[in-house]
Amino acid sequence: MSPALFLFRKREWISFAILAFILVVVFPTLFDNFRLNLIGKYLTYSFVALGLVLCWGYGGILSLGQGIFFGLGGYCMAMFLKLEASTPEATAIQSTPGIPDFMDWNQLTSLPFWWQPFHSFTFTLFATIAVPVALAFIISVAMFKRRVGGVYFAIITQAIAAILTILIIGQQGYTGGVNGITDLRTLLGWDIRSDNARYVFYFICVALLLASLLLAQFVRVSKFGRLLIAMRDKEDRVRFSGYDVANFKIFIFCLSAALSAIGGAMFTLQVGFMSPSFVGIVPSIEMVIFCAVGGRLSIFGAVYGALLVNAAKTSLSETFPELWLFAMGGLFIAVVMVFPEGVAGLFRQHVEPLITRGISLVRIGKVRKPRPTAE
Amino acid sequence: MIGDYTYTEFTSILAMQGFAGLTLFSVFVLMALGLAIIFGQMGVINMAHGEFMILGAYVTYLCSQFFSEYLPSLFSIYFFFAMILAFAASFLLGMLVEWGLIRFLYRRPLDTLLATWGLSLILQQAYRSIFGAREVGVTLPDWLMGSIALTDIIEIPINGLFVMGLTILITLGVYFAMFRSTWGKSMRAVVQNRTMAGAVGINTKMVDRMTFGLGCGIAGIAGSAFTMIGSTGPTAGQLYIVDTFLIVVFGGASSLIGTIASAFSISQAQSTIEFFLSGSMAKVLTLLTVVGILMLRPQGLFTLKIRR
Repeated sequence: MSPALFLFRKREWISFAILAFILVVVFPTLFDNFRLNLIGKYLTYSFVALGLVLCWGYGGILSLGQGIFFGLGGYCMAMFLKLEASTPEATAIQSTPGIPDFMDWNQLTSLPFWWQPFHSFTFTLFATIAVPVALAFIISVAMFKRRVGGVYFAIITQAIAAILTILIIGQQGYTGGVNGITDLRTLLGWDIRSDNARYVFYFICVALLLASLLLAQFVRVSKFGRLLIAMRDKEDRVRFSGYDVANFKIFIFCLSAALSAIGGAMFTLQVGFMSPSFVGIVPSIEMVIFCAVGGRLSIFGAVYGALLVNAAKTSLSETFPELWLFAMGGLFIAVVMVFPEGVAGLFRQHVEPLITRGISLVRIGKVRKPRPTAE
Repeated sequence: MIGDYTYTEFTSILAMQGFAGLTLFSVFVLMALGLAIIFGQMGVINMAHGEFMILGAYVTYLCSQFFSEYLPSLFSIYFFFAMILAFAASFLLGMLVEWGLIRFLYRRPLDTLLATWGLSLILQQAYRSIFGAREVGVTLPDWLMGSIALTDIIEIPINGLFVMGLTILITLGVYFAMFRSTWGKSMRAVVQNRTMAGAVGINTKMVDRMTFGLGCGIAGIAGSAFTMIGSTGPTAGQLYIVDTFLIVVFGGASSLIGTIASAFSISQAQSTIEFFLSGSMAKVLTLLTVVGILMLRPQGLFTLKIRR
């Protein structure tokens, strides 16, 4: 890689530019505000998928609990918005004005202490990332320092996702229960439900996503990225070379948690509510399929995967609700059995050679043998 | 006096909750046994295990319908036929799944997890399409209804006792199949050293298929037992799958005693705490404790010493 082409190879810069073009120009011109908001919602999942590409595809750590971090990030943001919506004037009909409506319904008379800091927007922004990362840190330190990995890690993360859902649903007075935190209105006095706000949030989401892609790519091409792959393929050899494998794993897991949390916060802002149905086992494992469909080794694939699966889900479950679970189940099996590298792998195998051939045809007027594509 | 209760009331409550825990324990053991066999012996995570259980439950439901419709004279013993059929159905489906799916994925445990999750989604939707989204329940024959009164306060339901007896029998059966039969011997040989087992003439592929089928078949029986204490819906299996996985991991995979011990402690803890706190908090506390212990002792309660 020549230093002039910072971070990406030439080909990857083109992929990045195409993706950016689609997200920034094509979608906003093609779709109306409602559809754009929907795409924005799908894009929040691609943050999670991106985290999984790093953590699972490159690090070999399968987490079935990304919904935990997505949810925690989303809940932190939702708590702030809920407090802003629950001014004493707006909630004057409650028996205790000034606290969120679900607390009032559950006979709470004052705001719990851990809700208090969420009056501050700066604290909320900090907590949106910090809370999920702290939890990810605790989980991963406990597991990886003891060299627990593989399926055990997957099961434990899944169990934690289950615990968190049960906890959120059970503690209705503090969390809004099964309905989640709903009826969010304004962000710093600015109506988040207006068309204008949705438009702006879409672009913030895209900007954050592109920045995250650059960050992910930075991690990927750095020495750390190479170690990550080495660790995935032969963990013992990396350990014998004198590296502390656990620390790398902890870092990549926390990074993927942070990415998921950003996705969760953007989800709350764009969709306008947060509920435990985005935290539990089923959504968490669906997030893995976004990543797997896109291609577990491709950071751009993560974005396309999330968009494709969610678009398919929306259209299929609207028209044939019965078929959706069959399709989803089939997708899980197919992505494992038939195309383990996802859409990105298919593209690399079948489409890219054609393009390369086309380019060389144009350039020198005759067909050259396509170069083997480097990964 | 303990809290608001007198001493006798308190012990009775503990006894009743303990018994409720034992019923839960039975279902857990039956489910976890199958899962532990598959996971411990083959290293395969079967996320569709709950759906195999529900298959057994639906077969039992169909049997009870059939017997009450066409053979009312035999209705009192339909359950035994149902159990055999439930085992057979899950066993065959398990073999089919192993042949069509699992055998390609033995080297990729994380991918089996995703593939079997896909299978579980498909099965769930299939149940929903065939049997409807509503939960169904079976009619119990008369001799399984009612309860035995031990003291004034403590009453023990008969169906719970029956399920427990069944669990003990099946556990013993699994024990003999694994440790006292030729087939069990070859299965353990395959686990310890696949290449050598193959070299001495064991058909390792067939052993794999039988093991998977047997694990699923036991899940089918678990489903049969499940109908006696709860109603069956398309997604009922998913409710139990995480608990069961934790039980298997907590017990130390590949150890039957460990599986039973951990199923016992988890179900007892859950049902005892349930009485004092809400059901959801009981579950949270139990699961959290288990996860906490697993973080301190990742190998589980009991471990086999196997040279890897």
